Amino acid sequence: MTLWLLNILQASLLIGLAPLTVAALRKMKAILQNRRGPGLLQVYRDLAKLFCKEPILPQGASWIFRLTPYVVFAATALACAIVPVVLTKTPLSAAADVITLVGLFALARFFTALGAMDTGTAFGGMGASREMTFAALAEPAMLMGVFVLSMAAESTNLSTMIHTMHMSHLGLRPSLAFALTALLLVAIAETGRIPVDNPSTHLELTMIHEAMILEYSGRYLALIEWANQMKLLLFATLLINLFSPWGIAEEISGSALLIALGTWAVKLLLLLGMLALLETSMAKMRIFRLPEYLGLAFLVAILGMLTHYILEGPT
Amino acid sequence: MSTTFIVLAGPAIALLVPFTSLALTRARGLRNLVTNLLLAGSGLITTATGLVGMLSPPHTLILPLGLPWLPMHLRLDALAGFFLVVIGLMTASVGIYSVGYLRAQAKEINLTLLDISMALFIIGMQGVVLADDAYTFMIFWEVMSVSSYFLVVFEHEKEANRKAGFLYLLMAHLGALLILSSFSILYAAGQSFEFETMRVVELTPLWASLAFLSAGLGFGMKAGLIPLHVWLPEAHPVAPSNASALMSGVMIKVAVFGFLRVIWDLVGLHQAQEWWGGLVLAAGSSSAVGGVLMALQQHNLKRLLAYSSVENIGIITIGLGLAMIFAHFGYPALAALGLVAALYHTLNHALFKGLLFMGAGAILHATHHRNLDHLGGLIRRMPFTAILFLIGCISISGLPPFNGFVSEWLTFQAGLMAPKLAGSPLSALIPFSAAMLALAGALTATCFIKVFGVVFQGTPRTRAAAEAQEVDSWMLSGMAVPAVLCILLGVFPVWVIPFIDKISLLLLPSNLGLSAANGSWLWLTPMSPERASYAPLIVMGTTIFAGWVAYLFYRRGRPVRRAVIWSCGHPDLNPRMQYTAVSFSQPLRQIFTLVYQPQEVVARLNHGHASLIKRVRYSVHTQDLAWKYIYLPIKHSIEWMTRRMDWFQALRIHGHLSLIFLTLLILLGFLI
Repeated sequence: MTLWLLNILQASLLIGLAPLTVAALRKMKAILQNRRGPGLLQVYRDLAKLFCKEPILPQGASWIFRLTPYVVFAATALACAIVPVVLTKTPLSAAADVITLVGLFALARFFTALGAMDTGTAFGGMGASREMTFAALAEPAMLMGVFVLSMAAESTNLSTMIHTMHMSHLGLRPSLAFALTALLLVAIAETGRIPVDNPSTHLELTMIHEAMILEYSGRYLALIEWANQMKLLLFATLLINLFSPWGIAEEISGSALLIALGTWAVKLLLLLGMLALLETSMAKMRIFRLPEYLGLAFLVAILGMLTHYILEGPT
Repeated sequence: MSTTFIVLAGPAIALLVPFTSLALTRARGLRNLVTNLLLAGSGLITTATGLVGMLSPPHTLILPLGLPWLPMHLRLDALAGFFLVVIGLMTASVGIYSVGYLRAQAKEINLTLLDISMALFIIGMQGVVLADDAYTFMIFWEVMSVSSYFLVVFEHEKEANRKAGFLYLLMAHLGALLILSSFSILYAAGQSFEFETMRVVELTPLWASLAFLSAGLGFGMKAGLIPLHVWLPEAHPVAPSNASALMSGVMIKVAVFGFLRVIWDLVGLHQAQEWWGGLVLAAGSSSAVGGVLMALQQHNLKRLLAYSSVENIGIITIGLGLAMIFAHFGYPALAALGLVAALYHTLNHALFKGLLFMGAGAILHATHHRNLDHLGGLIRRMPFTAILFLIGCISISGLPPFNGFVSEWLTFQAGLMAPKLAGSPLSALIPFSAAMLALAGALTATCFIKVFGVVFQGTPRTRAAAEAQEVDSWMLSGMAVPAVLCILLGVFPVWVIPFIDKISLLLLPSNLGLSAANGSWLWLTPMSPERASYAPLIVMGTTIFAGWVAYLFYRRGRPVRRAVIWSCGHPDLNPRMQYTAVSFSQPLRQIFTLVYQPQEVVARLNHGHASLIKRVRYSVHTQDLAWKYIYLPIKHSIEWMTRRMDWFQALRIHGHLSLIFLTLLILLGFLI
């Protein structure tokens, strides 16, 4: 029972802190760019403002357009509940393993694309077409990347995978380096950050994700934005806990949980700092360079799997 | 109930159809209702028969039909039972659907041929599944092939249909010959046509491999594995939609059955070579990716669905290949996992592909268009078809919590067990095929976003689409049956898999041993809870909760204002400015240029000067590489050979006589 309670608390933590993560990232970028940047609470204020505003629907939008934000939010929130953050033994991890996690992201993306196609604007179609094309390359790369870990841990259950990575010294395997590279590349693409996509641009030549949600407003937009922020935090947590889970709590005790929370926050800040540095120092790629980028991620992930088979064998 | 009744009730009802059809030629409306409901009834009974077959020990039956020295042997075991369920479920829903689909047509033209072909087609499939000797198997196989040829050329006024029909007939018979040769290898070893004897004969490795290759090629041709698939995207789209639902949903599964029966059951996996599984796995992987890549570039809805069938057969074959590899290396429990994954996908694909083909038929019925770019905005005109079609799209895209996800999940789980096969060169092939499966799954979602978005969403691109009417309740209920089953199979896999698992016990020394009884009906845990688990009900619950909240806001929330779409200040948007199917798939066309080799034609009309453009016309044509690199060279070499030999024909009479004399001399030489 305590486990379930902690699991729900952990999920609420992820959902609640997601806007703060984005705020921290923006703050770091602002500092790197010699700006002051908005305060950390600005993201929450923006969300609250959107929730209070009257949503405006485009003419001719069907029920799918209105259902989409809820499905996107629910699928991402469920994903938050299955990823262990501070405690490895999360009971809900058994409900959906890592393949289902990828499936949940795919479900959210499927509905976002449907919502984009709904109004029949060229922007929506363009966004959906680009997003689905690049997702079609990113999703297998992500699956292959996590499969390297699944094979090392002999499980697709996230809780077991993180536990195995934590307890044993798998950290020096070459296949894990490949998997980490692939997952980093994919994470940037899936969360729509520079150099793949720029979340703060609305230039039609370059936007991918923003083009899909151009017609959303009010609470619908708030839900989608929030889900995106959750996605960023989820990918960061996944990378942290899969590749350097040290400090994560194996047992329920106050001190262990506090240490876990502290180490997770520090690692998260470090990762965000790296992302801020990357986003400040790089320009967005041309859209037709992206297949090469994602193809590289896919290839690296497959290399990781082959390395695991050929060099490392069964554990 | 006697065995005879259990086994023969389904085919017998289907056999009533031709007679009813002939008896009621005058009352066309009534005939349409009665024949199609009889088909639906036959489907229901067949489903029940199938369930009996899966739950009870094998029933055998010998009928005094056929050759004098070889009566017809039938056998209902778990494998046959499962495929009878697949056939029965789809026959029942297609039967209900056909009442509405054919109603308008039935009044105008005489549909006797269609009724008879449909009935024979269904009897043929049931007979193949029930056959227990090679003779009966081949007879029913031919009944199935030939009657479906008549379904393909039903609208024979169009030349394309006749061409497609010819190609289909050619490939079907080539396949049948190959299957026949594998049976003759088994016959030569045991001197009996009965499967009972074929099961126990031992073959030398060479003959076993030859039997495997010819049966694999023969059934692969029927199933539509790349590169043997070329007939499928030609033939399935031109048949009437209710027939193509059965052809794509069920008939290609009968080929999967044939493969399982002949290779797994008769030849037996104990005689399998190591490379068999590898070959099956490679064929499956290439079909999965090749099929969906081709599907992405189609504009004809039914053609797109046909290519998508090639992909799904690939996924099924990946599961079978994994199972064969595991079985060969002595891991029967893992082999059972691969087999269950493949069979679960067989059932799932039958349901959602049948549903999507019926949906395509409904769209065709309402708009008379099958080109995606002539449709649009149908969700407003046909709301129920849209929901049912959406369920099919989500299921086929392999998204949780629908059924397609469960079978892909199981296949991935089987693929991830590959490290057990340490040291085999196949272990490098398995991660590659898992990668291909992942790629195919993601591309499928892209493909079906395109279909649903272009057909149902946006604004209508033609008048026919703008004035479409929702189809009648017969068609809707025919589509609702598989749609509901898609959801149930997605949410309750734990209750279905124990049934399928009985087949593993029949074909393999071990099974999965999964049961819903021991308190774990919520959790799908094919191996152990630590290894992997999936609770579809929780995922479904979350999705339903989201829908419920959305509905509450929809009903009680503050009113929502509607406004015009953002158009960058452009005064009037029109439907032609929307993304089309061609433009949606343009990025992928650019990425996979090597596969598609697209031929683009841009025609510009101008007002007398190149920069004063009046109109631009863009068209693009992608081709199937199998045609270009395999079939056309074969065709050309055959033509070349015939041209080289045609002087034989041009000889005078004494030339022919001397040739005959020469032949006789040579034959006599052999005698001496």
